[in-house]
Amino acid sequence: MTAPALHTRNLVKTFGGFTATDDVSLTLAPGARHALIGPNGAGKTTLVNLLTGVLAPTAGTVFLAGEDVTGLGQHRRVRRGLARTFQINRLFADLTVLESVALAVGERRGVGWRVWSPVGARGEVLDEAARLIETLRLADVAHRRTRDLAYGRQRLIEIALALAVQPRVLLLDEPAAGVPTSESRALFETLAELPRDMTILLIEHDMDLVFRFAERISVLVSGAVLLEDTPDVVATHPLVREVYLGEATHHA
Amino acid sequence: MDSRSPKPAAAAATPAPGTVDLAPLRRASRPRWPELAVWLLPVAAWFLFPEDLALLTQIAIMAIFALSLDLVLGYAGIVTLGHAAFFGVGAYAAGLLAAKLGIGDPLLGLLFAAAVAALAGLVTAPTVLRGTGLTRLMVTIGIGMMLFEAANKATDLTGGVDGLQGIEMTPILGLWSFDLWGKTAYVYAVVVLLVLFLVARRIVHSPFGLSLRALHMNPARMPALGVSVDARLAAAWVLGATYAGIAGALLTQTTQFVSIDVLGFERSAEILLILVLGGAGRLYGALIGTIVFVTLHHVLAGIDPEYWQMWIGLVLIGIVLFARNGIMGAIDPFERLLARKKTEP
Repeated sequence: MTAPALHTRNLVKTFGGFTATDDVSLTLAPGARHALIGPNGAGKTTLVNLLTGVLAPTAGTVFLAGEDVTGLGQHRRVRRGLARTFQINRLFADLTVLESVALAVGERRGVGWRVWSPVGARGEVLDEAARLIETLRLADVAHRRTRDLAYGRQRLIEIALALAVQPRVLLLDEPAAGVPTSESRALFETLAELPRDMTILLIEHDMDLVFRFAERISVLVSGAVLLEDTPDVVATHPLVREVYLGEATHHA
Repeated sequence: MDSRSPKPAAAAATPAPGTVDLAPLRRASRPRWPELAVWLLPVAAWFLFPEDLALLTQIAIMAIFALSLDLVLGYAGIVTLGHAAFFGVGAYAAGLLAAKLGIGDPLLGLLFAAAVAALAGLVTAPTVLRGTGLTRLMVTIGIGMMLFEAANKATDLTGGVDGLQGIEMTPILGLWSFDLWGKTAYVYAVVVLLVLFLVARRIVHSPFGLSLRALHMNPARMPALGVSVDARLAAAWVLGATYAGIAGALLTQTTQFVSIDVLGFERSAEILLILVLGGAGRLYGALIGTIVFVTLHHVLAGIDPEYWQMWIGLVLIGIVLFARNGIMGAIDPFERLLARKKTEP
């Protein structure tokens, strides 16, 4: 039996007297399509920050491919194959799409410290960046600056930067947030095409996307996992409907 | 798509739709003709202003100092008001090597000053990079002030406010000795500037340089790409310190004297003004800013010896208000227009 791609054991985070993450034990099998849902303030962002190493937990452990990474900083976890996208775009406004992706690819390939030969002379980095940009259908804007692109396309750069890391585990933090419906199809298609051996945790408000994408769903309420099951069960579960009362619920 | 093919001009023909044309990025680091024009300026100055070589030498040295700040501030985004610390460390290192140890070889002096300044950068990096924003700015000012006072107190070593004297330089490479008219000094300073500029140019176009620009734009993203931000910033800080140290050493060697105001706060503030004036984060901004600032200073001080600083202030306010990214920033829109014409025939 192989180790889970990502799992946590009794993860706790308190801020003063407030418990943001309450004894969360989450397990993502390799290749999982797992979604994390919950109302605003349920502690989704805190949990993502604990998983990625932005925050240190008050108690508990985070394992990546069976290895304890609780003490490792963000960039070290990335090097071990844990990538993420951000809820609000964190991009390089004045870099072109190609420069941004070439940067990310170059860093993963370990050329980030090279000071002598120009970026444009690194054929292997450029070729890989070009392929990634083509996969995400951004080729037509490869030489445009990030700041000049529509928000929906910027969301695709977010994903391109995360994929450039060639992650084994990918955390998608509300990838559809702020994307107009006219542009969301391209995004959904991209997510559906992600390689099956990549383990994905999707944090999302858009129930449409969650129920289309996820094979397992964890419901987070007040920092604790209320329930974890298949989309069918979660969608009809009375507790979930109670939590989401007034918000859109979907029957699978 | 065979983008590895070694025929960039031919491959630049229209790429298939849906594929990425890599040619523009491959071209990005190539020299362009306006750059050559800039480098003709020091040659022209040699013939046009043979009486002012001392001033022109100062400009070349200041340009190296501005370049060093551009690497730190313009590229890495570290705001500092204590950059004179490294200029001063380099100036004293070169001066003490010649005056106290009797080693007057100029190139050896530059290397020594560079090493000492780099060490100073390495020692100060953890403290400076610890904070952010205003905290960091305060730390840089603090380091500058401490070094100034240290040099002021250590009169046996530095000569204190009287300055360090007794600096004798041997001929460069044993061939060219420093002459009374400052011809050797000028050529020496310009050649060092050119070499350091070419090195900086390579660095900013490298993957490392790209990572500096990126972390300047969005430091929070870099760890998510597996990058340790602190390590990159420290490297840029040490690099900037080294450049500043070489600039300081050049001043010592070409004037054969070290005044304590190499470490002064005003020097730190002035170089920041120069960089903002020229435009940060584009290397040439450092050169243009220096030329414009020193020339303005010279001309205005000639016209109005008492109140020239007021006029400089007015010009600076004007530039900051109307050309937010300095003189080079004002050229940007035209350059982008030109670049677009090239890529979209």
